[in-house]
Amino acid sequence: MGLMDLFKKKSSGDVAKDRLKLLLVSDRANCSPEVMEAIKNDIIQVISKYMEIDTDALNIQITQTESESNNGTVPALFANIPIRDMKHRSER
Amino acid sequence: MSEVIVITSGKGGVGKTTTTANVGTGLAQLNKKVVMIDTDIGLRNLDVVMGLENRIVYNLVDVIEGKCRLKQALIKDKKYPELCLLPSAQTRDKDAVSPEQMKELIEELKQEFDYILLDCPAGIEQGFKNAIAGADRALVVTTPEVSAVRDADRIIGLLEANEISRIDLIVNRLRMDMVKRGDMMNVDDVTEILAVNLIGAVPDDEQIVVSTNQGEPLVGSNSLAGQAYANISRRITGEEVAFLDLDAKQGVFSKLKGLFGRN
Repeated sequence: MGLMDLFKKKSSGDVAKDRLKLLLVSDRANCSPEVMEAIKNDIIQVISKYMEIDTDALNIQITQTESESNNGTVPALFANIPIRDMKHRSER
Repeated sequence: MSEVIVITSGKGGVGKTTTTANVGTGLAQLNKKVVMIDTDIGLRNLDVVMGLENRIVYNLVDVIEGKCRLKQALIKDKKYPELCLLPSAQTRDKDAVSPEQMKELIEELKQEFDYILLDCPAGIEQGFKNAIAGADRALVVTTPEVSAVRDADRIIGLLEANEISRIDLIVNRLRMDMVKRGDMMNVDDVTEILAVNLIGAVPDDEQIVVSTNQGEPLVGSNSLAGQAYANISRRITGEEVAFLDLDAKQGVFSKLKGLFGRN
């Protein structure tokens, strides 16, 4: 036990809790690759109305983020959308 | 007004059947009319935990197929005449029953009983769908292990999707010595992760094995698990048995500590 304290090793109960929290984020998001692809395509469609984006480099994923109200983490959809060019306003 | 409660967990072996037997008996001790239905078709277990295996003549599938009247299949408990068991069929498979048939059966039982407890099979397939079909509320049983909590989370999602509005959590098989060393998640960890109402925590207790060996639920006995199940039964009836506030929970824990201290 003393040795463990020296190395500040996490107790296995805490390890379990942390693993579960991470695991449940993706479990709860419950997004199949098909759904993720559909979301991605819809995002491309909407954003493309306003700017030219690099559709190949576009990347979306479900991760977790700190929540203020829930004093824990909540799932969040992160989208990384590289812009190639802003469309001219005159076009609209 | 009767209540229909499904006891479920997702993962197998966490104590659904033991919980059903003890909560059913606990409610009978509170003078409620209770029927327990074993919905695990093909893997009958509740009868042996209740010690009623020698009295089975007809079963759930016989009732649903009209081979006997409902009353003929109900087995009265040895100690509590207001407590009944509807055993499952051992030699059939899950497809022998549909969710609609379960709903009909439950409607009929509602006229007779205050509480209808459904012991759900492990898994999320047909047997699970049958078990939750007629339920108003659910007791989700889990142990403080990663796999069991993960499955419980999935089950809670499915229960919510099926509009079972009231979901209560039982954390089973707590080993306080391990929790104290930090080698087991505690009740608060599990409750926080699953974000549902906690209705009871049951310590890992050798007496559970003894009582199952004998076919007599230990609820209400002097053992820790027996007390825990008695409290859960009272909470199910709506009685406030102080627990949700931390002090009451510490009460349980200090009792546990006392036990380990004596050893």
